Amino acid sequence: MDFGLSEEQELLQQSARDFLTRECPTTFVREMMRSDDGFSRAFHEKMAGLGWTGLVIPQRFGGLGLSMLDLAVLAEEMGRAVMPGPYFSSSVLAALALAYAGSAAQKQAWLPRIAAGEVIGTLALLEASDRLDAAGVALRCAKTRTGYRLNGVKMFVTDAHVADVLVVAGRTRGHGASGVCLLVVPRDTPGVSIASLQSVDQTRRLSEVAFKNADVPATALAADKKGWAVLQRVVDAACVVLAADSLGGAQRALEMSVEYAKVREQFGRPIGSFQAIKHMAAEMVSEIEPARALVWYAAYAYDREPRSATRAASMAKARLSDVYTRTTNRAVQIHGGIGFTWEHDMHLWFKRAKWNESAFGDPTFHRERVAQLAF
Amino acid sequence: MDLSYTPEQEAFRKKVRVWIRANVPVREKDGSGIEYGDPKRIAALKAWQRQLYEAGYVAMGWPTEYGGQGADVVQQTIVNEELLLARAPGLIGMMGIQMVGPTLIQFGTEEQKQRYLRRILTAEEIWCQGYSEPGSGSDLASLKTRAELVGDEFIVNGQKVWTSNAQFADWMFCLVRTDPSAPKHRGISYLLIDMQSPGITVRPLIQMTGDPGFNEVFFENVRVPRKNLVGELNQGWLVANATLAHERNMLGATTRTQQMFNGLLRLAQRHQRYGRTAAEDPVIRQRLADLLIRVEAMKYHAFRQLTDSIKRRSPGIGASVNKLVSTELNHDIAAAAMEVMGSFGTLARSSRHVMDRGVWPVELMFTLGLIIGGGTSQIQKNIISERGLGMPREHRQ
Repeated sequence: MDFGLSEEQELLQQSARDFLTRECPTTFVREMMRSDDGFSRAFHEKMAGLGWTGLVIPQRFGGLGLSMLDLAVLAEEMGRAVMPGPYFSSSVLAALALAYAGSAAQKQAWLPRIAAGEVIGTLALLEASDRLDAAGVALRCAKTRTGYRLNGVKMFVTDAHVADVLVVAGRTRGHGASGVCLLVVPRDTPGVSIASLQSVDQTRRLSEVAFKNADVPATALAADKKGWAVLQRVVDAACVVLAADSLGGAQRALEMSVEYAKVREQFGRPIGSFQAIKHMAAEMVSEIEPARALVWYAAYAYDREPRSATRAASMAKARLSDVYTRTTNRAVQIHGGIGFTWEHDMHLWFKRAKWNESAFGDPTFHRERVAQLAF
Repeated sequence: MDLSYTPEQEAFRKKVRVWIRANVPVREKDGSGIEYGDPKRIAALKAWQRQLYEAGYVAMGWPTEYGGQGADVVQQTIVNEELLLARAPGLIGMMGIQMVGPTLIQFGTEEQKQRYLRRILTAEEIWCQGYSEPGSGSDLASLKTRAELVGDEFIVNGQKVWTSNAQFADWMFCLVRTDPSAPKHRGISYLLIDMQSPGITVRPLIQMTGDPGFNEVFFENVRVPRKNLVGELNQGWLVANATLAHERNMLGATTRTQQMFNGLLRLAQRHQRYGRTAAEDPVIRQRLADLLIRVEAMKYHAFRQLTDSIKRRSPGIGASVNKLVSTELNHDIAAAAMEVMGSFGTLARSSRHVMDRGVWPVELMFTLGLIIGGGTSQIQKNIISERGLGMPREHRQ
């Protein structure tokens, strides 16, 4: 029985915090928010230099082959720093979908380059129906003489504007899970057009990706009948990573609030000496600390307890969404008027909390999933 | 991180499970576990604790010379998990085991340890806590019960209140003022008082549940031998704080929370509302899932604290977080059960048609009491923010 981080994980945590404090201060975050792409290749390459872009990619494809808990430790630090860029899309979503479903040739073609940070990938899952179940995958995937012809529109695709390759969820038949396939589609495929959507959280970039008679060869198929099962696994991973991101962000918002309350004076004394403020801070702590254990467990279960993995991922996602949202709400209030300004950084975490909450299933969705799995 | 158990631990679990299956007395019905005063029930619970102790499953982490096994915390956790699974009755000597026992191990003299510890485990002696007074609740250190040292004895005069179990307890661990001229935290001492001593009067108070669960205790020239002082004279606040941390962990025990949630779930899956079970109602499902998630978070949080204690890391303000979160979660679970039952939730224990033997309205009230007892939620938030986060103290006398 050992419920905690290993020495290596604590080391990863510390080096990630040091790196991100240095390389990803909020001045950098804001620079990325203002830029067209929200992406710095130089920054991405620095992360590649640390091995992060291939953290969960198997070693034989140039990655570190580390565990979901290692990734969660890193994601927590990234959330703490409200790190912008396509790391999540490329090194989590695309990397895992390819690792789980890709053919030998596809893995060989893409994973080492994603791990090396040379190539950006993403996952195109949702459509305008905004459904996270199998019926939400409607993009038509018709068999042709040489491969498949794709028609349909994907929505809320993260970082497609800078992606070199998309893993696309398509439908070969029917409405159910068995008709869902996965295809690996390079961005320059004729018939694929990518239009940016403007998101409230400018650290996350979203696109609409239209497929109009886009022809791909038969070798583009990554998973046929098992497409949905692979997607479920990737969604679980996304939930764990987003929960960890939320944990780090919530912790940071708490720390900033406490620091501010110690120095901001009203009525002749620090506002942090008022119980009204202290109790808000204590409530943040008492929500965050148990939630941390939930994230760690979900990450652990993802690799080690397959029967509980989905349930644990949903629990972590639902809870951390709520906790992050409430924590940033309190944090803005503790900061008062300054917390409502563009100039102050608190809105970065506040907005990230809202994106993390709705992406890959909101708390209501995940609580229902927990209910189905638990009772 | 590794949540698997070693083959030895798995074998131990199997042994425990077999023993429990053969020995658990009466199966507790849903949500129950709070009993008051009834001598037959007290005798039965004492016998159960004794039986469990003799099997080697109580306070396993205590040193062997005081009746423990010197076992690691994992073994005790396995036992606790199995007891939970079997819905076994709780331990009547919990205040001794969880509060005064660990305090004596830390601060007691060798004579005190020999005298008291084993009898705590065997349930031969039941303990109650003499802390709160009519004028001293959250501001515990303002307590006024006076103990004057005369020769080799303290002469105690004053009054304690909200004293659970005083009506059948054999001993009380009690805070008394031994130096009224010193600043309030520095004039308090920690005494062990025999409840049979002349001059003690116990008067039951009826709780909002209608049960006589706690009491007023009056002291009139009660003589307590000096050797019953724990720690140094006038240093009782230090000792009391150690006990308080143990109390917060006891009140924040996750096994009780899990047991309550399981009871709620069984109720919701059984009780019909508008043509389907309550658990099938989408709104109630959301609430049940939210509660389950919070319960599981506390379970893993406890695993994390367990690991920290194995690695001998300081728990920090963990006990206050546990107390705050668990007691409020317990109350939320009871409140959800009340809602699930609808009109049936309004029926008293004695009524026809009452569900789950009427435990839920009692739990609703009792869990609210535990949000107050052992330091209110507001006091825990003060501790978390001041000691945990280093926020400035508010001016207090």
